[in-house]
Amino acid sequence: MFQLLHTRSLKIIGVIIGVLLLLCTFFLSIVLGATEISLKMAFDSFVSYDSTSTEQVIIQTTRVPRAIIASIIGANLAIAGALMQALTRNPLASPSIFGINAGAICFVVLAISFFPISSLVQLMWIAFLGAGIAALSVYYLGTLGNKEPTPVKIVLAGAAITALFSSFTQGMLVLDEAGLQDVLFWLAGSVSGRSLEMLLPVLPYILVSFILALGLAYHVNILASGEDVAKGLGQRTGLVKILIAITVVLLAGSAVAVVGAIGFIGLIVPHIARFLVGVDYRWIIPYCALVGAILLLIADIIGRFPIKPEEIPIGVMTSLIGAPFFIYMVRKGLRHE
Amino acid sequence: MNKRITFRSNRGYYSFLVEKKTLTVLTMLFVLTGIFLVISVGVGSTIISPIEAMKTLFGYGFDQHTMIIVDLRLPRVTIAILVGAAMAISGGILQGVIRNPLASPDIIGISGGAAFAAVTFITYFSETLSIKWLPLAAFLGALSISIIIYSLAWKKGVTPIRLVLVGIGISTITSSLTTLMIVLSPYSAASQAYIWLTGSIYGSSWEDVIALLPWLIIFIPLAFICGRSINVQELGDDMARSLGSHVQLHRGILVIISVALAGSAVSIGGAIGFVGLIAPHIARKIVGSSFGSLLPVAALIGSLIVILADTVARTAFLPLDIPAGVFTAGIGAPFFIYLLYRNKNF
Amino acid sequence: MMMAVIQTRSLTLSYDTETVIQGLDFTLLENKITVFVGSNGCGKSTLLRSLARLLEPKKGAVLLNGKDMNSLKSSQVAKSLAISPQGPIAPEGLTVFNLVKQGRYPYQHWYQQWTEEDEKMVNSALENTQLTDLMDCPLDSLSGGQRQRAWIALALAQGTDTILLDEPTTYLDLRHQVEVLDLLFDLNKKEGRTIVLVLHDLNLAFRYANQIVALANKQIYVQGKPEEVVTRKMVHDVFQLKCEVSTDPIFGTPFVIPFGKGRNLYESNMSV
Repeated sequence: MFQLLHTRSLKIIGVIIGVLLLLCTFFLSIVLGATEISLKMAFDSFVSYDSTSTEQVIIQTTRVPRAIIASIIGANLAIAGALMQALTRNPLASPSIFGINAGAICFVVLAISFFPISSLVQLMWIAFLGAGIAALSVYYLGTLGNKEPTPVKIVLAGAAITALFSSFTQGMLVLDEAGLQDVLFWLAGSVSGRSLEMLLPVLPYILVSFILALGLAYHVNILASGEDVAKGLGQRTGLVKILIAITVVLLAGSAVAVVGAIGFIGLIVPHIARFLVGVDYRWIIPYCALVGAILLLIADIIGRFPIKPEEIPIGVMTSLIGAPFFIYMVRKGLRHE
Repeated sequence: MNKRITFRSNRGYYSFLVEKKTLTVLTMLFVLTGIFLVISVGVGSTIISPIEAMKTLFGYGFDQHTMIIVDLRLPRVTIAILVGAAMAISGGILQGVIRNPLASPDIIGISGGAAFAAVTFITYFSETLSIKWLPLAAFLGALSISIIIYSLAWKKGVTPIRLVLVGIGISTITSSLTTLMIVLSPYSAASQAYIWLTGSIYGSSWEDVIALLPWLIIFIPLAFICGRSINVQELGDDMARSLGSHVQLHRGILVIISVALAGSAVSIGGAIGFVGLIAPHIARKIVGSSFGSLLPVAALIGSLIVILADTVARTAFLPLDIPAGVFTAGIGAPFFIYLLYRNKNF
Repeated sequence: MMMAVIQTRSLTLSYDTETVIQGLDFTLLENKITVFVGSNGCGKSTLLRSLARLLEPKKGAVLLNGKDMNSLKSSQVAKSLAISPQGPIAPEGLTVFNLVKQGRYPYQHWYQQWTEEDEKMVNSALENTQLTDLMDCPLDSLSGGQRQRAWIALALAQGTDTILLDEPTTYLDLRHQVEVLDLLFDLNKKEGRTIVLVLHDLNLAFRYANQIVALANKQIYVQGKPEEVVTRKMVHDVFQLKCEVSTDPIFGTPFVIPFGKGRNLYESNMSV
């Protein structure tokens, strides 16, 4: 398999370049948008914050939180995708294909419609629950039968589960028209208008799952060579798989809770990471985090321009970028066909 | 005991083989559809007894019943029958062509194309153009999306797996564009589009029936004629070719039939989900996988499902009229999962 | 039954860029059993598929009765030769009868789906393969050997002179392997059908085949009657395998004993 960065030192240089790129896109995300902001102004707002300047207020209350959320969620989804692809040994696995987004959203909409829930923490747990149920059902449906779970089976099962959850969501929205517009924007996946307060309650879980993901990387390497092989090497595969699954649900569920449905980051980024550093998950996971963050920031920035002054929700942007990539992969051919 | 009946014309020019079981099942389904029809036109905010409803249907009822049944409820039930049959046949064909029981017009993106076109129409043209152009818009959407999917899946011919995967990819694009459109549109258009998206045959009129009927009259018989070629395609491309079937040509024709049926059904009934998925499944459980029997049985089962879903949807929460699509999903999805569980090798 | 003479003329076959068969000239013996042998990936299945028009030649042509097969109508080809692919797929719940009935596809029209001829051919195919009693059973409820017989019955119903089979004995235990090969042997002897097989088991291949065709290096290494062409050198060149060629004590056909390790030799400190 092709791999761009062979040696350890190249990979470390790659990480440094990645961090620099991340900082650049982060900064661009602060500067570009409906209100043009000069580089100096942006810099000033960090060094000497002036609450009377409109621009500086915009930067600190809107642009910066937005950029932070985009980078963290990007990393989130990318790592979730990488772990799912390893767990199912399926190059097409990712939160959106698995119906995780649709499941989480359905549960959240259900909860909002029928229970008086307002706190984000509660919604987050409900999103986790929805994500978990969707992921389990797709995995279960995809592995039914005596044959290996092929990519096609899992993708189809995911599509069926997605169709199920989204028609429930739609039904509830039709019944409860008042809340429609708000929920819709959230459904489409968006990082705008999200304050840091929305991120804070979720942050601990995200951090824990980042650490879990890095800690699991070595075991994922072994599991990736096949379950039987891993068992033969003395791995407690059941435990490892459950831990991976929990990490995935925490990552994907928290992402949905904060920003709504953002697809395809989890599908594309692991492939880019493998292209860069090969098959070692100890490198893949940090690279996923970097590339995912950069990609989501870029998608967010691009979405601000085509239909000014409105914005294209970031979830729509990632679908428009990601779906062609998905089709490209399908055309290139899958091993398990 | 002979399980099959042979029909042959005198000089053997026409000849058919029909399984007795299929005939029995079809007769029973016809009777059931009739019963459901009578019940369905009878219930609603004004309840009319089945006997009165029968009288009215045959032209001997009270005037106010005639108005309610013939002008309001009957067209709606007729649309339910037609939409259900079209979706079921469309799904049955796709499952045969793609050789996967999970395929259906909703899942491989045909309905998504129709929905995108319809929502575009509602958002941008509903003030300038009459709403009666909506079906055409939806059909054109379904058709062009199918052409896109088919050509992207083409690489020295179309394999079933590429077709379904490309379809899923494309349908995420159309659904995200649809969401974008709704997010950006004014509130009234958004909720109208949303109801349509969920699948509702609310307010169907005889005009809708007349708009839909020609499609079905052309494409359903065509589907039955092509059933033979699905049968051999199900044995795999190699087998079908060695039996002398023009696999790629027939596959193209079958997909066109399926798109025409799904597109026209979606244009009238919105995205009533899961009918195209589960109706052929149930049919296969009853009469087996031979398409000569499967398609007609699936069509009637599809009709029954939509009548049932729509009747429940418009009466359960009176005066609210819930989209039938919510109920087809509600009944369809768990049932579908059960079918998959029973039927493990796909 | 339509007679069929199948030939290849400087046939080159390839998958994408990789050439599998290069410039092959070959004529199939009529009314005989021919078996293709060769190591994995030598192109036996590829060649078989191209003989059945399932793979388009890169160069050259496959001729049916002297005419380029690709220029013929597909139903015409389907009436002359049948192929049973390796690991064929059938939809869940398909009955034996409904499978075998598909063999009549090239003869049918949408308005003419069950002529008396169709009925006769399907019934005799079922009888020949001893599946008449099982005709209403779903294919997935049958044993491996019965299932393979059902696919052969499909080919019989097709009413062709020539039947090509790609590894019809894979996944079958020894008893069912012999059962399937005996059936094919009978079809050849009693009805004079041309049978072409790809087989992995050399000793069984030599027992049934009138002619074996050994493929190596994108070409036919040797072809002919097993007794005449099978030698130690031939097995070594085709399979890169050292062996002893003996004679089957019962059938009198060549019997290959591959060299390698073995318990008795080990215990007496010998090796081959």
